[in-house]
Amino acid sequence: MAQAQACNQSKILNLEALEPPGGGEWATRARNSALERLQQMGLPGRRDEYWKYTRPDTLIQTKPPKAALHKSDSSMFDGIEKIRMVFVDGIYDSDASDSLDGEGITIERLSKVTEKDSHWAKNVYGVLEGGSHAPVKRPLAALNTAMATDGAVICVTGRPSKPVHMIYVHKSVTSDAILNHVIRLEEGSSLTFLETGPAAARFNKTIEVDVGDNAEFHHIRIQGRDHERRAATHTFARLGENSSFKSFSLTVNGILTRNECVVELTGSNGVAHVAGACVGDGDFHHDDTVFITHDAENCESRQVFKKVLRGGAKGVFQGKILVREGAQKTDGYQISQSLLLSDDCEFNAKPELEIYADDVACSHGSTSGAIDEDSLFYLRARGVPLEIATDLLTLAFLAEAVDEVEDERLKGEINALLTDWLERRRA
Amino acid sequence: MTIFDDNVVKDGVDQDTVEAVREAGTYKHGWNTEIEMEFSPKGLTADIVRLISDKNGEPEWMTEWRLAAYDRWLKLEEPKWAMVDYPEIDFSDQYYYARPKSMEEKPKSLDDVDPKLLETYEKLGIPLREQMVLAGVEGAGEEGRKVAVDAVFDSVSVGTTFKEELMKAGVIFCPISEAINKYPELVKKYLGTVVPVSDNFYATLNSAVFSDGSFVYVPPGVRCPMELSTYFRINAENTGQFERTLIVADKNSYVSYLEGCTAPQRDSSQLHAAVVEIVALEDAEVKYSTVQNWYPGDENGKGGIYNFVTKRADCRGDRSRVMWTQVETGSAVTWKYPSCILRGNESHGEFYSIAITNNLQQADTGTKMVHLGHNTRSRIVSKGISAGRAQNTYRGLVSMHPKARESRNYTQCDSLLIGDKCGAHTVPYIEVRNNSSRVEHEATTSKVDDEKLFYCRQRGMDEEEAVALVVNGFCREVLQALPMEFAMEAQQLVAISLEGSVG
Repeated sequence: MAQAQACNQSKILNLEALEPPGGGEWATRARNSALERLQQMGLPGRRDEYWKYTRPDTLIQTKPPKAALHKSDSSMFDGIEKIRMVFVDGIYDSDASDSLDGEGITIERLSKVTEKDSHWAKNVYGVLEGGSHAPVKRPLAALNTAMATDGAVICVTGRPSKPVHMIYVHKSVTSDAILNHVIRLEEGSSLTFLETGPAAARFNKTIEVDVGDNAEFHHIRIQGRDHERRAATHTFARLGENSSFKSFSLTVNGILTRNECVVELTGSNGVAHVAGACVGDGDFHHDDTVFITHDAENCESRQVFKKVLRGGAKGVFQGKILVREGAQKTDGYQISQSLLLSDDCEFNAKPELEIYADDVACSHGSTSGAIDEDSLFYLRARGVPLEIATDLLTLAFLAEAVDEVEDERLKGEINALLTDWLERRRA
Repeated sequence: MTIFDDNVVKDGVDQDTVEAVREAGTYKHGWNTEIEMEFSPKGLTADIVRLISDKNGEPEWMTEWRLAAYDRWLKLEEPKWAMVDYPEIDFSDQYYYARPKSMEEKPKSLDDVDPKLLETYEKLGIPLREQMVLAGVEGAGEEGRKVAVDAVFDSVSVGTTFKEELMKAGVIFCPISEAINKYPELVKKYLGTVVPVSDNFYATLNSAVFSDGSFVYVPPGVRCPMELSTYFRINAENTGQFERTLIVADKNSYVSYLEGCTAPQRDSSQLHAAVVEIVALEDAEVKYSTVQNWYPGDENGKGGIYNFVTKRADCRGDRSRVMWTQVETGSAVTWKYPSCILRGNESHGEFYSIAITNNLQQADTGTKMVHLGHNTRSRIVSKGISAGRAQNTYRGLVSMHPKARESRNYTQCDSLLIGDKCGAHTVPYIEVRNNSSRVEHEATTSKVDDEKLFYCRQRGMDEEEAVALVVNGFCREVLQALPMEFAMEAQQLVAISLEGSVG
C-alpha cells in the first residue's frame, strides 16, 4: 500500500522542479510570480473543498493518460465568416490558420508577445488570474500562467465584423497542451470569440478578458465528442461600466471537463451571463464552477446550467454569487438543473450566495430528476416513439441554456449540432 | 430606543406602556441569580471527566465511555469551515461543571428545591409547579394545556414536573443523569447511536463532559399525553454548558418536545455545546421545537454565548417522521445543523427555521437531509434575517443515495437583509445519486420590501412596527409550524431581536 502510494506520489507534478519558459522581461516576471503563487498554494487535492465533487488526480499528474483521437467536427460554424486560428496539440499552426489581420482588431501570438520586453498584455496576463485566488485557490490557472507558451493575444479597438474562431486539433494520443489567451476590449468595442475542437489528451486553457467600458464580449465554446480527453479551463473576466460578458459552453462527452468561470463586475450597469449545456454518457464527468463577484452598483448576472446525464455520467455545478458591500441594486440569478436519464447517474450542486449589500434581488434554484412522465406520455399518445420523445424533451430541457446565445445563426448551428448528436446516439 | 433616554414621550402615554416597551427593547433574561455554586476545577483533564461522572453517580461503563470520548477529543481539531469568526476559545479556561450548592443532596420533590432556584424559573416564566400552564396565553382554551418541564440550571437538572402522570402513560421523562442509573439498558442501547462519539469536535467534547440534559422514552403505541419541555439556563460565569438530550420514540408513538434557553448578560463569552439525539422507530413521530434565546452579546459584540450544537434525528423505522422547528434569535455565534437521517422507507423529515441575527451576531445554521430509504420525503423551509452588522448563513445538505428511490426533497431558503452593513449567505449542497428522486431547491435574498413598509406606515405604524410586521409575515410559514405557546413567544422574539435595527 505504502509502495503504491509512493508510486502515485511520484506521478504528481513536482512544483519545485518546474521551470517557466524564458522570454522578455514582463513575461518572465509574470511567469515567475505565478509559479511562486502556485508553489505557495500547492496542487488541488481530493480533500480540497473546491474539488469535493471532481477528482483532480489526472489533471495534476506529470503525464496525462492516453486519449484516443476522435474525428473532429472541423466543419463547425463553416457558414459564418470568421478569422480562424488553428492550434494543433496546443501549438499554433499558421499554415492552417487565416490571416490575422482585421479591422478594429489586432491579433498576435502569445509566443511572440512574450519575447518582447514590454507589451500591453502585461496588464492582463496573469493579473486577472492572480487576483482570483481568494477566497478559493485556483492552482491550475496559476500553473497555466507560469507555463503557457502559446495562445492568442487580442486587442479589440472597434467592432470587427468577423468573429475570431479558435480551432483546437488533437493529433497525438499523449499530448499535454497549455494555452493562454489574453483579450482586451477597449471602450465601446465588441468581439465574438468562438472555440471548438478537442485540443489534446489533456488541455489546460485560460482566457483572461479585460472588458472595457461600454464593450461587449461574446464567447461561444463547443467542447466536442472527443470522449477520452481531459480538460481544465478557466475563463477570467473583468468588466467595466456598461459592459457585457456573455459566455455559453456546450459539452458533449469528455471523460473529465472542469470549466471554471470567474467574473468580476467592477463598473456599474455591467451584465454577465454565463450559461452551459451538457450531454453525457457513461464515464462522462462534467464540472461547471462559476464565481461571479458584484463589486459595483446596478449590475446584473445570470448563470444558467443544464445537464443531461445517462448511463452513469456525473455532473457537477458549483456556482457562487458574491455581492460586496456597496454593490446595491444587484440582480443576481442562478439556475442549475439536471435531467437524469438513467438511474446510476449522479448530480452534485452547490449553488452559493454570499451577500453583503441589502438592496439586492438574488435568487438561485436547482432541480434534479428524471424526465417528466406526463410529458413523455403526451408525446407517445400522439404517436411519437419513446426515443424520439425523450430526445425532444431533452432538447426542450436544454433550450433555456442554448437561448442564452443571442446570435441567431450561432444558435441555429448549436441546435443543429445537438439534434445531430442526439440522432447519432439513437442510431 | 433613544426616545426613552431623552424622555421624549408623547403626552397621554402612560408609564406602564413606556416601561413595557423599554423592557422589550433589551435582552430581558440578562439578570443573574445570586446563588452559592460548586465548581469543578477549571480546565479539562481526564480527572475532570471522572469527577463529572462521579458527581452524577454514574456506573463504570458510562465513565469509560466519557473517557474514550475525551481521548478522541484530544486528537480532534476545531472545525473552521463555518462562516463565523470568533476569538480562539481557551478550553482550559472554563469550568466544565457547576451546580448550585443546595443541589448536592438531590431534592426528593420540588418542595425541597432551593427557593432561589424556583424563583429563577418563575422569573423566566417557566412553570415548575404542576399547574395548568400558560393560562395567560390567548387561545389556550379554558382547560389550559399541560406541559411537563425539565429545568436545567448550569450543569444539573433542578426538577422535572408531571413525572408521575407521564409514568402512568408509560412515558419516561427524566434528567439523563437519572436515566443512566435507572434505565441503563435503554440508554446503552441508544446513546451515541445517532451522533457517534467521534462525530465532530464539539459532539466529542460533549460526550466527554456532558453533565445533564433530558431523557425521553415513549413506549410503543403511546401518544405522549402532554408536551415535554426542557428549559436550559446558564447562570455561572466562565462555565460551559454541555447538555445531552436523548429522545427515543418507539413504534407507533408520538411526542412533541420543546426546548428553551437563556443566559445572564456578561462581558465574557460562554460556551454551550449540546448534543441532541432522536431515534424514531416504525411509524413514530417526533416534533422538536427550539426557541434559542441565549444572551447574544451587546451591540458591540461583547460577551454572548458561543452555541455549537449537534442535533440529529435518525428515522430508523419505516414511515417514521421527525420535524425540527427552530427559532434562533440569541447567541453571539451559532453553529447548528439539526439533521435527519431518513433510513426507514417512507420516512419523513422536516426542518423549519428562523434565524435572526442583529448587531454583531453570527449564525451559521441549516440542516442535513440524508435520504437512504426509498420513498422518503423531506422539506426544508429556512428564513434568515440579518440586521445591524450581523452575518447569517444557511448551510445545508440534501443527499439522495442510490437506494433512496422515488424520494422527494423540497428546499426553500430565503434571506432578508435589513441595513447595508450585514450579510446573508446561502451554502446548500445537493447530491443526487438516482434518477427516480426529485430534488428542488430555491433560494432568494432581498431586502424588506419598500412598498410593504410604505403601506404599513401609511396606516399609522411607526417604522419599527412596520418592519416587525413585514418580518413576521416573512417568517409566517415557520411560525405556523411551532406549537402554539412557542409561536406566541417566537413572534414577540422576532420583533424584539430586531429592535434598533431600523433607521
